[in-house]
Amino acid sequence: MFYSIPEVEYIRVSNLDEALQLLSQYGPEAKILAGGTDLLVDLKVGRCRPKVILDMSGVKDLRYIIDDGDKIRIGALTKVQEVVESPVVKAKAPLLTEALSELGSWQVRCMATVGGNLCNASPAADSAPPLLVHEAKAKLTSKQKTRTIKIEELITGPRKTALQSSELLCEVEVPYDEELTRAYSYIKLGRRNAFTLSVVSVAVAVKVVNERFKDVRVALNSVAPTPVRARSVESFLVGNAVRRERVEEASELVLKDIMPISDVRASAEYRRHVSKVLVRDALIRALRRSGWVGGG
Amino acid sequence: MLVKFRLNGEEVEVEARPNEILLDTLRLKLNVRSVKRGCEKGECGACTILLNGDPVTSCLILTPQVEGSEILTVEGLEEDQEFKKLVDSFVSEGAVQCGYCTPGFLLTAYAALSKGKIRSVDDAKKYLEGNLCRCTGYNKIIKAVVKAVS
Repeated sequence: MFYSIPEVEYIRVSNLDEALQLLSQYGPEAKILAGGTDLLVDLKVGRCRPKVILDMSGVKDLRYIIDDGDKIRIGALTKVQEVVESPVVKAKAPLLTEALSELGSWQVRCMATVGGNLCNASPAADSAPPLLVHEAKAKLTSKQKTRTIKIEELITGPRKTALQSSELLCEVEVPYDEELTRAYSYIKLGRRNAFTLSVVSVAVAVKVVNERFKDVRVALNSVAPTPVRARSVESFLVGNAVRRERVEEASELVLKDIMPISDVRASAEYRRHVSKVLVRDALIRALRRSGWVGGG
Repeated sequence: MLVKFRLNGEEVEVEARPNEILLDTLRLKLNVRSVKRGCEKGECGACTILLNGDPVTSCLILTPQVEGSEILTVEGLEEDQEFKKLVDSFVSEGAVQCGYCTPGFLLTAYAALSKGKIRSVDDAKKYLEGNLCRCTGYNKIIKAVVKAVS
């Protein structure tokens, strides 16, 4: 036994109301176990030391994928693998399918939850770039009130979220639109091909009308304290003609949107370089998906 | 606390601490020794079990979490025809060397095959990415799994 988990109180939660009640009671002393794939590692290496674990892994009422016609609503406790295998998500938000199929390994995806991946708030969270591109929203609820914020506002720093200690992320709303899901791509670069943490990942979706960029969305992880949108790239392209030269120019601008650090996986310099390359490749790949044949 | 679940088709009741991981409960209290202790961080797949039919790493699960669940390990699959075919495939392809990773590989592959997920070498690589092997170099394992599809 290399690791041991410190003594802790354990409460098996059976529904949302009970979870909110316990959260208001314990507040910051409680840690929620959603899928546990991050929490158990944190407990073992001493990254957190809660007084009580609220086990929500058996709560069924936050495990759903519902198509609302202009958005998909995903319950926070939905397993990542359930999203990967969802025909609705594949049809309406294939970018999310593509990105989440790269999260962890099959074993991890069978346990891990969408809400857990977001609330763990890793700068390398695989669910974040596609959700930023979709301009998804997070529904937060507590005993007192429910509020909805952008996913962009949910993750505030490395392992930090906008959640108050009595609040729970209960649902993720993923708006979709037919045009944006025709031209999309997700490129994840890790230290190896399989079951790996992101060195840099890029999610892209574009809308093209009359050979011009009408809407462009680019998001990256692992290149800033939080997953980020590359707004400089986006605003440069909107209104421009769909040409390879424009895409090349735009990709250079990603440097304005990122603040990478050097860590065990890569140096900041490498991340800056590879971000430009991946943004370019992801944009080209997205355009090709939508039938674009120009640009060599 | 007392935790009840089904293990390889039989009801079991076991006293577990709230901070006890399933890997320890299975190995030390229920004597299921096919479930191997590897990295203890969910990265190597040696402790893989099937939880309600899905492959998961038992080092990342607290024992109280599996109350009411169905757990399967290779001990419970000895009579299963599909599983036997997979084992034969591992043997004939030479996919077993030291054997430490084998139970985890077999369970993950068995789950993938029974869910109809493997149609190509790439599928096999994708579904087995959570299982590490330090001996074989993977080629023989991937070959064995793909061969078991037919």
